[in-house]
Amino acid sequence: MPSVLAVDDSASMRDLVRFVLERAGYKVVHASDGVEALEVARKETVDLVLTDVNMPRMDGIELIRNLRTLPAYKFVPMLVLTTESGTDRKMEGKAAGATGWIVKPFDPPKLLATVAKVLG
Amino acid sequence: MSSDFDMTEIRQVFIQESLEGLDVMESGLLNLDVGAADPEVMNSIFRAAHSIKGGGATFGFSEISQFTHHVETLLDQMRKGERPVTDDAVQVLLQSVDCIRSMVDCLTADTPIVTSRAREIEVDLQRILDTRPGMTPAALTAPATPLPAAAVAAPECTGWLIDFQPHPGMLRSCNDPLRIFRELGRLGQLKVECFGAEALELESLDPESCELAWQLTLLGSATREQVEEVFAWVASECELAFSPLAPTSAADTAPVLSNVVLFDQPEEPSPAPAVVSVPGPDAVAADRAGSRKPPAATESASIRVSIDKVDTLINLVGELVITQSMLVRFGDQFDMSQIEKLREGLAQLTRSTRELQENAMEIRMLPIRSSFSRFSRLVHDLSRTLGKQVELQLHGEETELDKTVLEKIADPLVHLVRNSLDHGLERPEVRAAAGKPEIGTLAMSAYYEGGSVIIEVRDDGAGINKARVLAKARANGIVGADDELSDDRINNLIFAPGFSTAEVVSDVSGRGVGLDVVRRNIQDLGGHVQVESTEGVGSVFRVRLPLTLAILDGQLARVGDEIYIFPLLSILETIQVKPDKVSCVAGQAEMYRVRDEFVPIIRLATEFNVPPAVSGSHCGLLVVAEADGERVGLMVDELLGQQQVVIKSLQANFRPVPGFTGATILGDGTVALILDVPGIIRLGRAAGDSRAQRLAPSPLSNPLHSPSIVESSR
Repeated sequence: MPSVLAVDDSASMRDLVRFVLERAGYKVVHASDGVEALEVARKETVDLVLTDVNMPRMDGIELIRNLRTLPAYKFVPMLVLTTESGTDRKMEGKAAGATGWIVKPFDPPKLLATVAKVLG
Repeated sequence: MSSDFDMTEIRQVFIQESLEGLDVMESGLLNLDVGAADPEVMNSIFRAAHSIKGGGATFGFSEISQFTHHVETLLDQMRKGERPVTDDAVQVLLQSVDCIRSMVDCLTADTPIVTSRAREIEVDLQRILDTRPGMTPAALTAPATPLPAAAVAAPECTGWLIDFQPHPGMLRSCNDPLRIFRELGRLGQLKVECFGAEALELESLDPESCELAWQLTLLGSATREQVEEVFAWVASECELAFSPLAPTSAADTAPVLSNVVLFDQPEEPSPAPAVVSVPGPDAVAADRAGSRKPPAATESASIRVSIDKVDTLINLVGELVITQSMLVRFGDQFDMSQIEKLREGLAQLTRSTRELQENAMEIRMLPIRSSFSRFSRLVHDLSRTLGKQVELQLHGEETELDKTVLEKIADPLVHLVRNSLDHGLERPEVRAAAGKPEIGTLAMSAYYEGGSVIIEVRDDGAGINKARVLAKARANGIVGADDELSDDRINNLIFAPGFSTAEVVSDVSGRGVGLDVVRRNIQDLGGHVQVESTEGVGSVFRVRLPLTLAILDGQLARVGDEIYIFPLLSILETIQVKPDKVSCVAGQAEMYRVRDEFVPIIRLATEFNVPPAVSGSHCGLLVVAEADGERVGLMVDELLGQQQVVIKSLQANFRPVPGFTGATILGDGTVALILDVPGIIRLGRAAGDSRAQRLAPSPLSNPLHSPSIVESSR
């Protein structure tokens, strides 16, 4: 089953993402900010990265920019979790190499549908 | 949220996290320098608000997310430097924090969220957001530009012709055209036509670059929004044009260029602020100060533990398993030659178990910081209400305490702080007249001292007016008219039930709940509180607390055939009783001379009606213990070992028994009762009072002598 790296500084969002994806059979690893996510991603190549934007130490945009420089992550889909007010952030995310975004708030079916969509 | 997922647990996490986020916001806001805010602090405040908003919306608490949205907007502008950090804004943000907290409290208590306060504060937020020309509130809160021609008559539309020309770099963001086609295929019947393939040279082909273009024909009743949604992620990475196949609507034939941001659906309508009268700041502050107590339901909840602590535990469990399997092997085929190895194994087991126990206890230990942090706010608000200037100093925030102790000590500490602010610290003009700096200091510190934690609340205020306290105590009959009391004793009279010297009952402290309740709450935690004070210089309230409520370092003692456990902390010394040092005062009360001091004896065997094991063993041991500044000698027959005991509640398993804090199970399976030394002193005094009614105040410097008025019946 594909593996997903969920990055969010909010434990509840992380838990939600993990709970929903694990129930759907995905393997989920997680990190609480960009710096930690980079470490995790280096150790284990995942099939999809789901990241929040606003995080301490390293934000989601910077994380994606960094991940895209890693050969293993050149073609790994990366989605940013963003709020409706984050139009600029979406574009920033795209510019950094994000595949797309999921608009918060999302419900479990929407999350699953989006993940299934990118993972084919 | 409409789904069949069970979210209860994650909601719980959200609630806890929001409360933590609110604490971050609050302490950040209190630390902000008006005019020159630290960007890192601003960012952390913003992030906390952002998370609460996002979580609130995700978990279906729209009241919280809608309100927090306004807060976030303001914070976002402040952190980007678009708006100065003003005192006014900080005040409103602090009120917002309270408001969100009360909404989260509603979640905890599982009651409907009250939004009336939120509506009021929204007016304030809006007022601040409005204060800048060129930035209308509409521009700040309204969703992005509405979609042109959003209302397409779907049923009349038989399909779409889509021109799709990706930019060469589109593949690098991992957007596979095939995926897009697959999705479109779900919306209807799709015909794909590819252009540009013939121009590709295999030798010079860059597989990471997209050089192709497509024309897609989608047949079916898909709406424009659905089609746009499919291309949403790549809208900025391609040239895209839609045209409806059925020429039903002229407005729709114009191709929509991809560079326009199309897909910002309004998720959160900005509520029209209702016009509500805003209460005066004093009323708000007083209300806030009074309503800060979270509902008791939060006490159970969960605990956050660092990964390190958990890893250590797991390691220890691993070691335990290894030791266990080693020991099991001995059981299979044991002969005496292996006895040494068996001993080693058992020693190993003892070590691992002890470490495991210590580490398991540590999980419940939390730094006192979380409890201290609320005081910044409390002091901030109260000093405004009282018109005093106060600097709060916090020391030893890293000191760790058992979670239960930490939760239960919060209220008594709030009370002590209020008391210091209200009665202790003077108004600026009074301070200036007394030659003190106008800004008073309130220092809270926590530190370890011999197996306990000490929490101090120190102020440099007026100190306790001893004459007034004594007069009041005499007037209330707490102290006899002729009793001579030491200064220390007079100061501690303020803990007596029903004692209040406040001339004006203020909002802040003295609402009928006195310091006696503080003292009782602290005693219920196995701790005690004392005050030291010098008139004109200030007061220190010192709270001593056990590190944990679950485990106790105990001294086992035998009385008759029974075994009792002394909390090791309460024992000062043990003395072999020499009969010639026992003297009888007033015919009944026995005293023992310890160096220069006389200590009253309490014979546990008599107190508990335990038949003596060996008749005539008069020479027992005297355990000298201290509680509430009083010393007593507790007579036992023999001291056994010391060990850590796990406290089992008598109250929960049986009923409260005076004189005992709980029970434990010893290694051999028998139950032993744990002595409550202050309780036994009270019991002993009650029994002794009848005997020693006539006992006149004596010159002996014996603390128990002066009747302990503070300890009235509970």
